[in-house]
Formats: sequence, structure tokens, C-alpha cells
Amino acid sequence: MTCDEAEILLHALMDGELDAGHAREVEEHIAGCAACAAQLAAYREMSQAIAAADMKYTAPLALRRRIEASLPQPKAEAPSRRVVLRGFTLGSAVSAIAATGLVAIVLRDDDRQRIDSEIVSAHLRSLQAGHLTDVVSTDQHTVKPWFNGRLDVSPPVIDLTAQGFTLIGGRLDYVDARAVGSIVYRRRAHVINMFFAQSSNTERYAAKIENIQGFNLKGWSDRGLDFWAVSDLGADELSEFCDKFESAMRANSEG
Amino acid sequence: MPVNATHDDPERARRFREAALPHLDDVYTLARYLLRDATDAEDAVQECYLRALKHFDGYRGPAMKPWLFAILRNVCRAEFARRASSPTGPIEDVPESAEQTPLWNEAQETPEAQMLRTRDAATVRRLVSALAEPFRETFVLREINNLSYREIANAVGAPVGTVMSRLARARAMLRSAWMAEEEQPR
Repeated sequence: MTCDEAEILLHALMDGELDAGHAREVEEHIAGCAACAAQLAAYREMSQAIAAADMKYTAPLALRRRIEASLPQPKAEAPSRRVVLRGFTLGSAVSAIAATGLVAIVLRDDDRQRIDSEIVSAHLRSLQAGHLTDVVSTDQHTVKPWFNGRLDVSPPVIDLTAQGFTLIGGRLDYVDARAVGSIVYRRRAHVINMFFAQSSNTERYAAKIENIQGFNLKGWSDRGLDFWAVSDLGADELSEFCDKFESAMRANSEG
Repeated sequence: MPVNATHDDPERARRFREAALPHLDDVYTLARYLLRDATDAEDAVQECYLRALKHFDGYRGPAMKPWLFAILRNVCRAEFARRASSPTGPIEDVPESAEQTPLWNEAQETPEAQMLRTRDAATVRRLVSALAEPFRETFVLREINNLSYREIANAVGAPVGTVMSRLARARAMLRSAWMAEEEQPR
């Protein structure tokens, strides 16, 4: 690796954005290059100084109230058709984002609650019965093929070790009277069951984190798959996991 | 109750509130750094939330914050267009040369081993605000709003490689400015 390359990559290294292999390459270069090592130390120092300074602004209370007041209130009148349509004519990245073309349909709320509760039960069973994994491996290329022939979908097995979530294996489970896969991760002593199944043809929002029987659960749909991440991890760490998982998945599918 | 309810649905408004309002400070922070004006930032954030609510039905998550940032960015672009006399110009107007100037031109001017003196938040904010676009935007999204490179790339509509080089350059520029600041005690 040259200093020119390291000059860019050391930022990705300190931001925790490099995979293990590239991180090692940059670290090796830095170990043998005083100039790049000094650069990295200098940027780390600056980053810490910035983290220590309070760089965020707090939204003024008046602004918060104005926005609150502009949201539909429980008895608000329906907006005119013209207003609704205008919302769709804003030609911008917004519509591009809105039109990500994901397959989706409407799950009834009571169905969703029932399935969420089944997911938590499946998580509990996996911890109690000593049957956490059917295939034990930290290698995504071992775990992924194991699901072949056992499920009707290709499993999104993603190695998140570099991001602090260790892949420990996979398992077949049953939820809502159908086979679902689970990819099992560990962070410290906490197990995360990442359930996935083929999506029915109903639309649903990416759910916020729910707490059921003391477990945190987050469900969402993407690209024809339903996902549920469930763990005794705190809501923020589970959220971090979901974000990492999703961005890795997007990165994979976009090549 | 079906989820695809109409726009006056209180349930929908509640979901939007819970999903979007926790990010208000982050959105406002980005607006402050992008627009460098408190009043303009307030207006932009309010417009951002109005647009976000309109498009909420199309939102598929899960990362609400980058989605709001992308909307805010569009609002700011309109604001830049209005500011015909703006010294910075639209976010998109990046002189090719600015992106391509080699990093080491600036890096070499600063003694690398020299320690940075801790600065109060107001000074650091001022230094960050003085960064040129699009480096300021990338820097703020990473260092202050804590987005991943890919999230930044999605929010600003640029490849991850561009995000990486902008960030490297933003940090080099900020460090130079920081060092220069220390040489002239105020």
C-alpha cells in the first residue's frame, strides 16, 4: 500500500468503516510508515477534540412547537385532494427515495402483534432448549449454503464481525405455521436472533423497536423478505445492529 | 385497521411523530451547518418536516435520520437558489479542482506531531462552518451526525469513494485551520 492510498484509507480505518482485511493492510502500512502514523494520530486527536466539544445545536422550542402544531391532530380535517396531489409532484430525490420499489402489502395490526409475539417465543425457545444453532460457523460461506433446500428464500447471511457483532451460526425455526430462518449473532454475552422469511404480499412500515416480555424486537420488510431482529440487547444497540445489517445487505445487493 | 390509511389518520400522524421528531435536533444541527444562519435553518427544518410527512407513506425505512437529511438537503438547495448572492452557492456546485487538489498540499504545512489545543465549542463550530462545501456537509454528517459512509453517500447522492475523499480533505482543511487559529491568539 502506498502513502497516497493510506492517506484516504486511514480515515476509513479510524471511522471503523474498513473490513478486517483492509483494516489489517492499512495498519501494516502505518506500522512501517512514521508519516502516515503521525497523520492518523493527528486526525484521531482532532476527532476526539470534536467529540469533546459540543458541536450539536438544539432545535429551538418554538420550532419544535411549530412542527408539532403542523402535524395532523386527532380531529384534523382531511387535506384537500389538491394538497395531497401536490405532495407527489415534488420532483426530487425525495420521490426517488419514496419510490424504492419495494414489494409490500398491509399486515393487519393484530396479525403483526401475534407474529411479533411468536418471534419472541421462538427467540426464547432457542435460548432455553440448547438449540441455538443448527449450523455452527463464524463463516458466512458455511452458514449460507446450509440453508439451501431448507427454505424457499436465499438467506441474507452477513458477516458483521468487523462491526462488533459476531456471526455464530444459523437455525431453522417455525413461526406463524411456516419455516423461517434465523441467523444467530452474538454481542458480548447477548444473543441476537435475526429471523427472516419470504414476505407475504402485504405492505408494512419498518417498525420501530418494540419491547415484548423484556426483549427488544425490530421488524421490517425489504426486497421480498420479512426481517425480525430480537435480542435482550438494549434498544440502541439492537438498532445499531439492524442499521449495520441493512447497510451491509444493501452494499451486497448493489455490489 | 389497515395501515394504508388516509392522510388525516391520527395513527399515521402518531407514527410519524414517533419516527421523525426524535431526530429534530440532528436535522436542525445539519441545517445550521449547511445554511450558516439560525433563522434560515429553522425555516428549512420546518419545511423538511412538512415534506417528510407528505412522503411518509412512501418511506420504507429503517434509517429515518438519513432520509430526513436527504429531504433537508433538497430544501436547502432551494434556499441556496433563493440566495442568489450567496458566497457559497448551491451545495452541488463543486469546482472540479476543489475535489481534485491533492491532500498533501495542505497536510505538509502542518507539523504533524504538534498537539491541538482544546478549543471551546463555539470556536470549533466556527472553524467547521468555515469549511467549503461539499466538504463541510460530508464532515458534519460524519463527525457530528454520526452517519456511516454509505448513509452519507445515500443522503448526498454521491458514491462512497467520493464521500471518503471529501471527508479526508475536510479533515485536512479543518486541521490546517485549527492549527492556524492557534498561531494567532485572539
